[in-house]
Amino acid sequence: MSQPETLNQAFELGYTYTRSTGPVIGRFLTALKNRKIVGIKASDSRVIVPPMEYDPDTAEELSEFVDVGEQGEIVSFAWVKEPRESHPMQVPFAWAMIKLDGADVPMVHCVAAAAESDIATGARVRAVWADETIGFITDIRCFELV
Amino acid sequence: MSDEQDEITVINAPVYLKYNFTAGKAPARYLTQLKKGVLTGQRCPKCSAVYVPPRGSCASCGVATEEEVELSDKATVESFTIVSIPIPGNPIEPPFVVANLVLDGSNISLIHLLSECVNEDVHIGQRVQGVWNPESEWDYSMNNIRYFKPIDEPDVPVEKIGTLPVTGLEG
Amino acid sequence: MKDIAIVAYQQSDSVSDAGAVNEVELIMPVLARTFEQAGLNSAQDVDFVCSGSCDYLQGAAFAFVSGVDALGAVPPIKESHVEMDAAWALYESMLKIRMGHADSALIYGFGKSSPGDLPTVLSQQLDPYYLAPLWVDSISLAALQARLMLDKGLITERDMAEVVSRSRRNAMNNPHAQLSGDISVEDVLAEETFLSPLRKADCSPISDGASAMIIATVDQAKAWGLPYVVISGIDHCIETHNLGMRDLTDSVSTRMAANHAGMNAGKVDVAELYAPFSHQELILTRALGLDKETQVNPSGGVLAGNLMMASGLSRIGEVFNRIVKGEAQRGIAHATSGPCLQHNLVTVLEKGENA
Ligand SMILES: [Zn+2]
Repeated sequence: MSQPETLNQAFELGYTYTRSTGPVIGRFLTALKNRKIVGIKASDSRVIVPPMEYDPDTAEELSEFVDVGEQGEIVSFAWVKEPRESHPMQVPFAWAMIKLDGADVPMVHCVAAAAESDIATGARVRAVWADETIGFITDIRCFELV
Repeated sequence: MSDEQDEITVINAPVYLKYNFTAGKAPARYLTQLKKGVLTGQRCPKCSAVYVPPRGSCASCGVATEEEVELSDKATVESFTIVSIPIPGNPIEPPFVVANLVLDGSNISLIHLLSECVNEDVHIGQRVQGVWNPESEWDYSMNNIRYFKPIDEPDVPVEKIGTLPVTGLEG
Repeated sequence: MKDIAIVAYQQSDSVSDAGAVNEVELIMPVLARTFEQAGLNSAQDVDFVCSGSCDYLQGAAFAFVSGVDALGAVPPIKESHVEMDAAWALYESMLKIRMGHADSALIYGFGKSSPGDLPTVLSQQLDPYYLAPLWVDSISLAALQARLMLDKGLITERDMAEVVSRSRRNAMNNPHAQLSGDISVEDVLAEETFLSPLRKADCSPISDGASAMIIATVDQAKAWGLPYVVISGIDHCIETHNLGMRDLTDSVSTRMAANHAGMNAGKVDVAELYAPFSHQELILTRALGLDKETQVNPSGGVLAGNLMMASGLSRIGEVFNRIVKGEAQRGIAHATSGPCLQHNLVTVLEKGENA
């Protein structure tokens, strides 16, 4: 039997999805386009940001939107020393769970900081808007320390 | 624009993922031989079926195929279709013929193009042979064979398609 | 209801890059050993086959269909597939047997994660509007979870390092392990952080490999004359996809599944837990209320080798091996899926007559 060579081929798979937002996610993304952040009230009145369509505990359809602040507090963070190619920032940054002012449930987004030692649980952060907002989660380019 | 038109109802959320594919042992052997202009199948140790391109197992018996078998570039049309609609990204102008071809010496068909033929005359059992690109262009690719074309040999009876030895119908 | 038992289990080595080995070539040797262990010839000798795999891992559409080429599916067999860990293929197979549609089943799982960037690939299983477009990778989410634990004083970095050290040492007795060695807690703590607060050692490696199992009704196992281990309970529960609404410091769904599966009906000698990150082993151990009576991850767990889509089945197989060898009478196996232990399956295993 002949000895095979090792044959490699790099390739990229592309899935060019478009997605319908539905009314709840659409409302959130429309607000982002207008540089505002909205949440939704859960069955137990907790404010969820970004808004969910149904309450995960009761399965109740949710519809009561609430404006929340663009500032908030870091609940947890992870320091990315070496960003991956797909990451929204190509310099060291943090992923964080951020509880926005007026919200009860933290959201996950990225935080710009010069060094890991600058950031801490409980630190205050503020949304940094993209130059052009289009109605997409990356309209919030990142959060920055206040 | 009214507020209503500004409502977001659809997003573009493309996903691109990068990979580095490594061919398995059996396909790598096949492609290495193909670069040398040789078509190679693998024989099942249990049922003797010859697979091309080989994937490393006999799908019927579920055992590894290891014995290599050199095949002819002559083949028999097992089935075919005439493609009349353009396929995005495909440089070939329709109409063209895509066929299931069983290489002499193998038992399983592979798919390739038929050309230098009258499309309407293509038929099951027809004898064809590979038209190779110049040797200087050979790569680890089935594109080394540009297409198959009809040859002047008698048709293979339907019941014998997929059973021919490497020497063909007469052999 | 027919009692169901495991009669055979085999796993490939866990390797960082299987290289020039395609799906069939990965699975076939493992299946051959599994059939041999059960004294069977091929998939023709069982009533049902179910596999677990995920085409996104290697970026090959219908890779799971290629897997079927390893089975010998002529004449046709009854076959199914889950785009999940093969532990869930076991679950489907048990339903098939319980419904009376089969008396035996072959289950296998395989994963070739090396061709892609696994943490990035896994980011695309997240919420497609809010998280996937940010490309939050699986390690980063686990790091957020670990920080919550550390900040609340529920664990220390030393606790995490102890999990790693024990895994590496236990794995020295696991011939299929990818990472093993006499590594001390201090050795682990001396390592710099990778994705703070996680060190590389806190994260399971990227692995290629496969595992396979044969189950049957106890009657069938006895007819085959094989040592068997009874699956006395199995259940799985899932939590919301919204990470912010979960208590990430606990695993409520694991506890629920374990209760439903009857874990607490007896002593648990051994537990194999699918914890891809060191702190998650601590979450699971506490969620299940395991104490010193229970040996946790004697195989080294998935920190010693993480076969995506197969390591959940392997956890069950590892417990089967210990009970068959007489090292344990009763044990539990846990499998997980999704970010930060979102979806969890618990199996309870007990010694059969011949084992
Ligand atoms: Zn065969």
